[in-house]
Order: sequence, then C-alpha cells, then structure tokens
Amino acid sequence: MTITLFILPALVLFGLLVLVPIAVAGYTSLFKWNGLGGLPTNFIGLDNFTRMFGDEVFRGDLWRGLVLIVLSLVIQLPLALGIAMLLNQKMRGRAVYRMLFFAPYMLSEVITGVLFTMILSPDLGLANQVLRAIGLGAFEAEWLGDPSTVLLALFVVMTWKYFGFHMILYLAGRQGIPKEIGEAASIDGATAWEQFRYVTLPLLGPTIRISVFLSVIGAIQLFDLVWVLTSGGPIHSSETMAVTMFQSGFKRSQVGYASAVSVVMFIISLVFAIGYQRFVMRRDTEGAITTMRDAR
Amino acid sequence: MSAHATPRGTRKPKFQARSISLHAVALVLSAFVIVPLLFALIGGFKDTVQLSDNPFGPPSPWVPENYTDVLLSGSFWRQILNSVFIALATTLIVVAFSAMAAFVFARFAFRGREFLYTLFTVGLMFPFTVAILPLFVLLRTMGLLDNPLGVILPQAAFGLPMTIIILRSFFRGVPRELEEAATMDGCTAFGFFWRILLPMARPALATVSVLAIVASWNNFFLPLVIFNDPNWWTIPLGVQQFYGQYSSQTAKILAYVVLAMVPALAFYSVAERQLIGGLTAGATKG
Repeated sequence: MTITLFILPALVLFGLLVLVPIAVAGYTSLFKWNGLGGLPTNFIGLDNFTRMFGDEVFRGDLWRGLVLIVLSLVIQLPLALGIAMLLNQKMRGRAVYRMLFFAPYMLSEVITGVLFTMILSPDLGLANQVLRAIGLGAFEAEWLGDPSTVLLALFVVMTWKYFGFHMILYLAGRQGIPKEIGEAASIDGATAWEQFRYVTLPLLGPTIRISVFLSVIGAIQLFDLVWVLTSGGPIHSSETMAVTMFQSGFKRSQVGYASAVSVVMFIISLVFAIGYQRFVMRRDTEGAITTMRDAR
Repeated sequence: MSAHATPRGTRKPKFQARSISLHAVALVLSAFVIVPLLFALIGGFKDTVQLSDNPFGPPSPWVPENYTDVLLSGSFWRQILNSVFIALATTLIVVAFSAMAAFVFARFAFRGREFLYTLFTVGLMFPFTVAILPLFVLLRTMGLLDNPLGVILPQAAFGLPMTIIILRSFFRGVPRELEEAATMDGCTAFGFFWRILLPMARPALATVSVLAIVASWNNFFLPLVIFNDPNWWTIPLGVQQFYGQYSSQTAKILAYVVLAMVPALAFYSVAERQLIGGLTAGATKG
C-alpha cells in the first residue's frame, strides 16, 4: 500500500510525459501527418525512414555528428584531462582557475550562443578584430557564415562551454586515487610521465569512460547551441539531427517525418548507450567516481 | 655557475621553470575563457561606433544606457521572475516525487522493483530533444501551451531519473538499525520517511535541488515550443528574442547577455559545492 502510494506520483509523471511521448513518436513516425486534428490517419509505413536516409541533409547530419564527436574525443577531452592533471598539482590560484574554467558550463546554451554570435560576427566581432590587430588579417573569416568554417567555429564554442565540465569530472576522479599509489610508483623510479601513463590513466579509466559517454550522447542530441548560433546554416552546413527534426516538425509541419527523425535519434542513442555499457563500461561497477561520499 | 652545484641548487630553478610553465598554460586557457566574457562586459558599455573603431580599449565615453535600459525595462525582470518561478516549482515537484520513489526503491523489497528502477534509469537517455515533438502534441491536447505547467511538469518528469538515482543511493546508506529502532518506537513507514530519513538526507536533497534548478534555469528547447506569449518567456527565451529584435545593435545585446548571466553565476558561487558534488556523483549512476 505504502509502496504504491509512494511510487505512483513519480511513475504517473514519468509514464505520461516521458514514456508515452516516446511511444507516440514511434507511432506517428509511420504516418504522413501535419500534426493537426486528432490522430494521424494517412499511414505510409516506413516511407518517412526511406525518405530520411535518402535525404542528403539527414545523411549530412549523421556525418556532422560524427565529426563533432571525433573532435570532442580527440581535442576537447584530452584538453580537459590535461587541465585536470595540471590543477591537481599544488599551484597558486588553482581554486580560482577551477572555478573560472567551470563557469561557462553554468551559462545557458542560449547565452553562450548569442555571446559567440557577437564574437564571431564578421565586422564587429572580437575574433576578426584580434586577427586584424595582430597582423593576421589574412585569416579573417565569416566563421558562422561560411560553410567551410562553421563546424570548426561551433566546435570551438562547444569546447569553451563544456571542457570545464569534463575537467571537473576528471578532477573528482583523480582525487579518488589514493596518493600512496603514485608515491609507490615514484619510489620505484617512475618518471612523472610514466606515473601518469601507467598509474593515473588506467585508474581514471571509469571516469574517462563516463566522460566519453556523456560527450557522445550530448553530441548526438545537440540542439540549443546550434539553433542559436546558426539555425543549422548556412545551407545546412552546421545542421544536426535535432535541428532537422525541429525544422521539419515545427517550421514545416511535417510532424510524421520529424517523428521519424526523433525515433532514429533515440535508437542511435539507445544502441550506443547499451552497447557502450555492455562492452566498454562493464568493468566499472558501481561508484566509478566515488565523489558522492567525498563531496560531503 | 660553479661545478659544485648541489642537487638542491640545480633542482630549484628547474622546479621554478616547471611552475612557470604550468602557470603559462593555465593563463592561456584562462584567457580563452575570460576574454569573451570581458568583451561582453566592456562592450556593453560602448556604442556601435566604439565597438568597431576601438574594439580593445576601455569605452570612451562610457555608455551605461545599454545596461540601464535593460534594468529599467519590465520585460527583463518579468523573465527573471518567470525563470525563478518555473525553476522553483519544477524543483519542488521533482524532489518530492523522487524522494518518495527513491525511499521505496531503497528500503522495500517488492515484485517488479528492479524492473521499475531500470525503467527510470533508462530514462536518463531520454532528453527533451527526442521527445519534444510528441510532448508538444500531448501538451497541446491537454491545453497546456502558454501555461507554466506545460514546462514545469515535463521538466520535473525528465528530472526524475537522475534525482531518484542520487537519492536512492543516499537512502540506501542509512543504517537499517535506525529504521528498526524507529519502528519499535511505533513509527510508521511514512513517519520514518518524513521525520527521520528526510532530515538526515538534507545534503543529498540540497544537491539534487541545485541540479534541478540549474537544469530548469538553462532549459531552452521546451519553453521555446511551449511559450508563445511573451508574458511567460524565461530568460533564455528573452535573450534569444532580444537578439532577434536588436540584431544590429551589438552593444545593446552584449549588455543584455551580461545581465542575463549574473543570476546563474551568482547562484554558482553560492552553490558550487552541491553543484559539483551532484554533477560528479550523477555521472557515476549508482
């Protein structure tokens, strides 16, 4: 009795507003529907999906998603890891640095997006003015207005906003490694690099795997930042799956097609999450980062 | 240098060089983070002509109107108020519902418990983005467009998984003997939950509340599709709208952006410990 009563509110809310919508998306993805009036009636089977995979924009979404993921894993996360190791040293002002690096994560994507629209704007933008001032005017660019630079610019903004979050994860993970292990290695003659490579890095494994997981899932579902910075443009060159979904569902009233896009987005996330947990994170049992206890 | 340099003598400069290079890296990165923020802060005090002729120097003259115009406008404060109200209501609902569910998950054995708990944890993978379209259709049917509940309830629903996971792991850590003692003294299950468990869980409750507030405060996608009526706009919507409206007046927008940052940064400086504790704990998923 108590059990039912205690769990019911959460279950109803979760079922109604999380599970039902996902199921509804699955259902409506099989229809051609403008989203108006009752339930969809024009059943078209998998046509929305066929159309999607034949669409250059959607295939481009997948490719751009992959590019952003690779850039994040190869540049952003190592940068965050390096900074975390740096701030783990005894150095003056490290609390200030930590707070500063994390601050962008606190700002909403919209604020970040509008701020960088100003910074990257061709004429008054800070980026180009700095380039002009230091004599590199040749490298001036339209940044967000040029299909060849827009993805890079987007990635720089993502790094600005998110590297502090990953840094905080790594710092927490690093602090969970007992000092004695490093000391033992250094007594055995390990250099600083060897200590990092053979002691710290393996022990940080669980934290790194989680940070990679969050980074990939975040990139698959990226919307806010792109929408504010470019709305997916110019000519789709920064569009993501979520932007395609929003454009077709809310701007063009192709709700059936947009549902199909969300279903694919969901399936990609789910397959990735399950596969990742099954094959990559299986070694990490409960409490990979043990900071819930440390934090108090 | 003499040939008799002691090991200590050689080590010291090396150590300093290392420390200097550490600081150099940290400073470069600090510049990467802080320059955009300073550009916005100072740029907000300029006008458009100054922004193009004098991008790096201090404003001359200072133009405080960009800031004061925003601060004297009713819409900015209205948006702040909306954001505060929605964040608090979301937090209240998600924390109350989650605490009750987490209590059951942590301290009762019943059939289907693992299934239900797994259902919630899988929910971690459902962000708004995936569900937003059907959610919109559903909320429209329920007549919740341009209604704060249309944002509050879904936000609470999507916050449940993380909150339940964190609270459950905390509740599990409370010794069983405590519950037994309470029961012997005639405490009901609810009494134990209300009078003993919740007061003990204050730090964990603070953590999940802070996470819920921040998530709600920064949410953009859901308010974007739910609120057409400017009277309900939250801060992120307001910033986007202001940018659309004054897109050529860079300085004005910078001032608005800076002022919109202030509450989030102020909150961060107050709740840093809970926030970081919660984020790092949340990433572990008990």
